[in-house]
Amino acid sequence: MEVKKPHIKSMKYEDFKDNEYIDQLVAELNAGGVNVVVGKLDQLLNWSRSNSLWPFCFGTSCCAIEFMCLGAARYDMARFGAEVARNSPRQADYIMCQGTITYRMAPALKRLYEQMAEPKYVIACGACTVSGGPFKNSYCVVKGIDEIIPVDVYLPGCPPRPEAMFYALMQLQRKIKVTKFLGGANRKEKRLEYVTDGKD
Amino acid sequence: MFDFSIVTNWLNDALNGAMPSWLATTLECVIVAVALLLAYSLLAMFYIMYERWVCGWIQCRRGPIRVGPWGSLQIFADVFKILTKEIITLWHTDKFLFFLAPFLVVIASVMTFACLPWGKGMQVVDFNIGVFFIIAVSSIGVLGILLAGWSSNSKYTLIGAMRSGAQMISYELSVGISVLTMVCLAGTMSITGIVEAQADGWFLFKGHLPAIVAFIIYIVAANAENNRGPFDLPEAEHELTAGYHTEYSGIHYGLFYLAEYLNLFVVSGIAALLFLGGWMPLHISGWDGFNAVMDYIPSLVWFLGKAFFMTFVFMWIRWSFPRVRIDQMLALEWRYLMPMGLVNLVVMAVVVTNGWHF
Amino acid sequence: MAELKDKISALCPQPQFDSEGEFLLVTVDDAQWHALAVALKEQLHFDQLMALVGMDWKDSLGCMYYLTNTATQEIIHVKVATTDREKPMLHSVSDVWAVANFQEREAYDFFGIVFINHPDMRRFFLRSDWVGHPLRKDYDENPELNPLRLDDEPNEDYTCTWVEDENGKVTKVDKKVFEDDEYVINIGPQHPSTHGVMRYRTSLDGEIVKKVDVVSGYIHRGIEKLCEGLTYPQTLLYTERMDYMAAHINRHCLCLCIEKALGIEVPHRAELIRLMMDELMRLSSHLLSYGCLTMDQGATTAFFYGFRERELIYDIFDRTCGARMSMSYATIGGVVADVHPDFVKDVRHACDVIEKNLKEYHQLFTGNVIARNRMIGVGLLSREQAIDYAITGPSGRASGVHCDVRKTHPYSLYDEFEFDEVLDTAGDSMARYMVRMREMEQSIKILRQACDKLEAEEGNEFVAPKVPKLIKLPAGHWYQQVEASRGTFGVYIESDGDPKPFQKPYRMHFQSPCFNLVGVVDLTCRDNMIADLITITASIDFVIPDIDR
Repeated sequence: MEVKKPHIKSMKYEDFKDNEYIDQLVAELNAGGVNVVVGKLDQLLNWSRSNSLWPFCFGTSCCAIEFMCLGAARYDMARFGAEVARNSPRQADYIMCQGTITYRMAPALKRLYEQMAEPKYVIACGACTVSGGPFKNSYCVVKGIDEIIPVDVYLPGCPPRPEAMFYALMQLQRKIKVTKFLGGANRKEKRLEYVTDGKD
Repeated sequence: MFDFSIVTNWLNDALNGAMPSWLATTLECVIVAVALLLAYSLLAMFYIMYERWVCGWIQCRRGPIRVGPWGSLQIFADVFKILTKEIITLWHTDKFLFFLAPFLVVIASVMTFACLPWGKGMQVVDFNIGVFFIIAVSSIGVLGILLAGWSSNSKYTLIGAMRSGAQMISYELSVGISVLTMVCLAGTMSITGIVEAQADGWFLFKGHLPAIVAFIIYIVAANAENNRGPFDLPEAEHELTAGYHTEYSGIHYGLFYLAEYLNLFVVSGIAALLFLGGWMPLHISGWDGFNAVMDYIPSLVWFLGKAFFMTFVFMWIRWSFPRVRIDQMLALEWRYLMPMGLVNLVVMAVVVTNGWHF
Repeated sequence: MAELKDKISALCPQPQFDSEGEFLLVTVDDAQWHALAVALKEQLHFDQLMALVGMDWKDSLGCMYYLTNTATQEIIHVKVATTDREKPMLHSVSDVWAVANFQEREAYDFFGIVFINHPDMRRFFLRSDWVGHPLRKDYDENPELNPLRLDDEPNEDYTCTWVEDENGKVTKVDKKVFEDDEYVINIGPQHPSTHGVMRYRTSLDGEIVKKVDVVSGYIHRGIEKLCEGLTYPQTLLYTERMDYMAAHINRHCLCLCIEKALGIEVPHRAELIRLMMDELMRLSSHLLSYGCLTMDQGATTAFFYGFRERELIYDIFDRTCGARMSMSYATIGGVVADVHPDFVKDVRHACDVIEKNLKEYHQLFTGNVIARNRMIGVGLLSREQAIDYAITGPSGRASGVHCDVRKTHPYSLYDEFEFDEVLDTAGDSMARYMVRMREMEQSIKILRQACDKLEAEEGNEFVAPKVPKLIKLPAGHWYQQVEASRGTFGVYIESDGDPKPFQKPYRMHFQSPCFNLVGVVDLTCRDNMIADLITITASIDFVIPDIDR
């Protein structure tokens, strides 16, 4: 059976901006061929994993305030089932890195990422985490967290609006929906290769 | 009102007729166990969603609505996800105790769960010290929590575990005393006996002031016993990140989560049993038509309805109150609740011996 | 000012005076500095060290000390310098003004100036294995010297003091931060209630906190150094990313400072708009602090209520400035664009809603018996301590310090408005919380008056007509302070009068209120419980990027 293009409720496939990337992932997965039973199970698991994304609260600066707004009454990320913000990295599914990472913080971020349980994802939220942002020239700011940990979704903005954060969340859901869970995609070593492949 | 024991008796007779009695008993045990565990997991899942919806409603939010109709499939997504998460084993820990802890917590809650009176004739075992048994097994849970905190080899979990040890053992007393007060009123420890004693009126209305005081003490103490609401010190998110289960991942954490919500059901169920008449319908003397209508509602619905209502009260408290501090929490128990409970027990005994209750 | 000069001359032999600038400048030699500092505090009542600005004048290294007399609100500044660039040393005044403890550590970190007799001479922002001192003009920016290190920091348990004996010989004495048998837990750098990335190494005895060692710098981004590489209009950007909950106020402050240096007159209407934005920002910040305080104590619902009202303010920002946070609205000489046509209507609506809901907040949280038990009498900070640690803003006013810059040194148009300075005397967490709640009422009062004024305003200018395209400041230094939502925010600019078209500041220092606030964490949390540490830090309410800059 075939791996399908991911569907997100109330947003059309064409409305997303980076469909080539998803298409490429789908094509890669389909190239190997998928067993029907495993494929169905995979679909179920991917559906569940993509709909139950528990964030790890990791806010260093301004973006964290917008993240709080995302959780608060108007934007309410609970609608997506993502309100179970865990403070322990062991129990979280993805880390939404909000705010600048400095040289002093970098080892802590790396360690927190390593403490998370597989499968784990990273959203680089805000200009600082994507590239260093306005602090790119600083002597002690990491120029993009992808120097330290693999990143799944890049979300620019200074700080990004909550709507943009939802968009990033949906992109992450799409990405999860086109992975092979039973086949090793959940292991970190494989996933590292996978991420680098995607970037090229 | 439909008596469920007709079904169980029929099943018992049928099985005994078809096979030797030891096999029939074994088979019955298996059926009961499967039914219980199924009910256990489904209820826990329902409770998690219930909490998320109620919490959303209290906080002017919508809560989970996107996965499935009204977000009803959200919990299944969560369960499948948590089942497939990696279980992290730590270095320098006592692995046996580390893995044992979540199961102890779950075992404690399953055993208390098994004793609840679900409806007329719908009960696993009805023995004469039922309430006593509930209190006894519910305290196994604290052992699991202590072990979890100790074996994780982390300072945060250790503080969480010590807090919960102090808290749960203290509040067990108040729970016990308020349960005893009601036992005193009922005159029996058998769970069926307690429910049947409320056929002509729920204890909350029957028992005057001492019953109301016992009810309030029970609500406070049960909240604390459950590590919820203003007493969530052991897992105080903003102090200890996640308390005793900080180092647990995957389904091990899931088990703690499950047990927490099931314990919520258990304490609500016991509150319903002791104060709100168990599965007994609401009867108002004199209103025969009304009473007849109430009798048509199945006993299971009555019990679940009361339990869910009590749970709503617990959630309401949880989402409105700030957290107490450890010394205040202990002072509340030892200085106020327990003396109050003891005095209340004496008052109840006086009321019962003089027949002043309704 | 002449009188003051005489008094100071009596205290210390041969000080140099310079009364050209806005405040009296006293230049003294390092050898006399400590004695003068004691005399200034005890005899002339300059009891508050507002700002300590480390400086590199190329030929010498030194510090500028801004001192306030809290009774008369007089300000003087003292310049102390040393020409030794290899091993610069100054005498510490941390025993005179407690706030100097962290301030001097910052100066050591940035300039390598060692403070003699300072109790804890460690780096404050940068890793302990950092090479060089970044704000010195001869700092080597080669990234190979300071690469991105992913290993743990070495020697974090040790600190040192430089002690001077009778002969003037200075020796280094190593000390341990914690004893070996202490039970030390790390709260942070990633912890839900540090409100960012702050690290408290906390020594515990059971649940009782014995000592808190504040480790900062996890979000130190080197803003002051970055500003030295940008033109003045470009530096405005960074002010919003320090205390993002006072983004507009901080930016306003830098604009005021540059306008003061250039002598630009800002149109009344533009100033009014800026002031309204400041007050909206203050409301938004206090609502956030209400939300965070309640959430840290476990009352999650109150947090959502606070955030519900903040969205109204965000909407106003969104419509006028085009962004919810980091608005980039104030500019040198005014604001970048005119307000949205519905601005006044929206502000009035927001004021009405917030005023109504403030009652709800009090019902939900303030009167709660648990909340009261958790906050009353917890984290006491006396008036003297607050002045000594230079605590300003709501936290300072809760201890009874008259420190609202809007009243003491009115800037912008605040002297045209009728409002009260909210003061309390209890100095505990409850007082700090209540001061914020009452300040919101005052902000609403100011906003209502401002709405009327803005409607009655005849002109329609939103920016001064004569702002030069290229901002060039004459040589000199300026200090401007404003009342930010968490305390007194100060900007220090030193310009060398560089004639190049794109002039860059020689030195720009931001004196952030939160930097001082974090200094009292150890003082207030000692002998309280862990849960109190969370309450106290939440009620003091600091924003970490503002500390670290």
